[in-house]
Amino acid sequence: MTVITYRDALNQALREEMHRDPKVFLMGEEVGVYQGAYKVSRGLLDEFGPMRVVDTPITELGFAGVGVGAAMVGLRPVIEMMTFNFALLAMDQVINSAAKLRYMSGGQVGVPMVVRGPGGAALQLGSQHSQALEAHYAHIPGLKVVMPATPADAKGLLKSAIRDDNPVIFIEGEMLYNLKGEVPDGEYTIPIGVADIKREGSDVTLICHSKTVSVALKAAELLAAENISAEVVDLRTIRPLDTDAVLASVRKTHRCVVVEEGWPFAGVGAQVVDTIQREIFDELDAPVIRVTGADVPMPYNKALERAAKADANKTVLAVKKVMYLE
Amino acid sequence: MASTATSNQKTIDPETAEQYRHWLRQMLLIRHFEEKAGEAYSLGKIGGFCHLYIGQEAVAVGSMASLRPDDYMTTSYREHGQALARGIPARAVMAELFGKAAGTSKGKGGSMHLFDASLGFLGGHGIVGGHIPLSTGMAFAAKYNNTDQVAVCYFGEAAVNQGAFHEALNMAALWKLPCIYICENNRYGMGTALERASAIYDISERACSYDMANEVVDGQEMLAVKAAMDRAVERARKDKHPTLLEIRTYRFMGHSMSDPIHGHYRTKEEVEEHRKRDPITLWSKHVIENGVMTSEAIKAMDAEVLAEVEDAYKFAEEAPDPAPEELYIDVYAPGEN
Repeated sequence: MTVITYRDALNQALREEMHRDPKVFLMGEEVGVYQGAYKVSRGLLDEFGPMRVVDTPITELGFAGVGVGAAMVGLRPVIEMMTFNFALLAMDQVINSAAKLRYMSGGQVGVPMVVRGPGGAALQLGSQHSQALEAHYAHIPGLKVVMPATPADAKGLLKSAIRDDNPVIFIEGEMLYNLKGEVPDGEYTIPIGVADIKREGSDVTLICHSKTVSVALKAAELLAAENISAEVVDLRTIRPLDTDAVLASVRKTHRCVVVEEGWPFAGVGAQVVDTIQREIFDELDAPVIRVTGADVPMPYNKALERAAKADANKTVLAVKKVMYLE
Repeated sequence: MASTATSNQKTIDPETAEQYRHWLRQMLLIRHFEEKAGEAYSLGKIGGFCHLYIGQEAVAVGSMASLRPDDYMTTSYREHGQALARGIPARAVMAELFGKAAGTSKGKGGSMHLFDASLGFLGGHGIVGGHIPLSTGMAFAAKYNNTDQVAVCYFGEAAVNQGAFHEALNMAALWKLPCIYICENNRYGMGTALERASAIYDISERACSYDMANEVVDGQEMLAVKAAMDRAVERARKDKHPTLLEIRTYRFMGHSMSDPIHGHYRTKEEVEEHRKRDPITLWSKHVIENGVMTSEAIKAMDAEVLAEVEDAYKFAEEAPDPAPEELYIDVYAPGEN
């Protein structure tokens, strides 16, 4: 095990996969000469050259489409979105092309492409640069949606995403790039679609992903001080959802809180709650509660922004509600 | 406007004569196929949207004639003509229109989503202009793999106002990609005339923004299309430069089967005026004048093509629907659905 940052874990995954498979290339804004807006691609241009580390004009729809076209004929593009806020411009390419081509061609054409970059609430970046959009992608059949929370998961899951034969939306936590953690030495991958229990517990299940894993872990610490044992289930993949892991934990604890950065209406948590009530209604000792971002565009003001975000204190309050302690 | 169709040469070598006959046969096949598709649509045998290619046959046939089997292409949703010209069997195309399992896309694509990956025919795409960057990506792959393949993209003139068009052409010129953008200017984006949608009339001029080679071509003249395409292919294959071809043509039918041939946005007189330059009539005349075929031989060919279309229709009608379990197949890669 070596301790590295989330950013460097992603960098290692890219480098290793580009060495392994000459069909893998990285394309996006500032990925080459600038070394990446968030330095995830640092050093790759020097190592692999401009044909495999391709700086693009600011043209998200355009280069996402270039990625789809290249993937249709056998390359394995990794398309970097400087942030997922900008990826909205590429939605037509992701939804109407990448996600649908295999199906509407009767299985003739696949799109083995990764679209990756940072997402989620940031710090005082205002409404257009601070939002969690995973529910939009997770809605679409044909896509996979992966959101790692730790350096080890980031590396192992990005390698799996690059090797996957389907379009994979890989959303990195914008606030996680400096997060340090242990990463296994040598070659490893982590399968897509498998959740991970980040902390075991027996009284309540906290379902989370990406940035809210640290929120849930902090809440679990606070709850432990009050003798409440919380289990933290990191989804890691939003689609396909690891239903078995979610249900197994809730069967054990009988109470559940879902914590996410996104908005409440039709969010990821809504899908999780639907699954729980449908599959194991009788196991529940309380309704499942969701902690989400506030149902507003993200404000700039620091205090308002704090109020808008899902955090550990809100999670603790939610846990107390499902335990009928409040 | 380039035009080589008025050549007076009388000695056509056998190979060229064979090509001429083949091109005429392809144009006739598209025409009769589309007429039959229109009929089937009216009878309720084809569902959804159905956009016919009648009037534009020389564009598909003339441009495909310059390509190699390993080249790539994408098209818009008015693509029955390109599919047939590329060599997808009429039976498979008609079966797809009928939504049958034997269709080009197993009945799950429909009229707007014809595919044959073995022929590099990578789709009928339904979002105006959305597929233009895809062809750019295929050209990128050709460059990446260091092959001399070219990628072709067909779209209507209304697509050039989409951002996707500009984004794709900019990258193709910037990166010197072997891509040929074929704008089939049939004058109308649905019911909106070109001059009501575009600030400039000559679409070819838009290529100037990207320092890209461009040409205006008479799309009713088979040889004019072929010659312009030959130049574009050479430029792409040898010099790795993209081209924008504005091929001027005319849609003889409505936008789709639900749109009358004339009415609110164009007059009967206008349509009749354009019908005087029917690409099949023009090419038949050329073929006869050059001694390649007699009018009797053309009639015999026409009958043969009609029989092929009838066969495709019968095949499509009798073919089975997709199995119910097909609903959940091919959403993800094999083994993952």
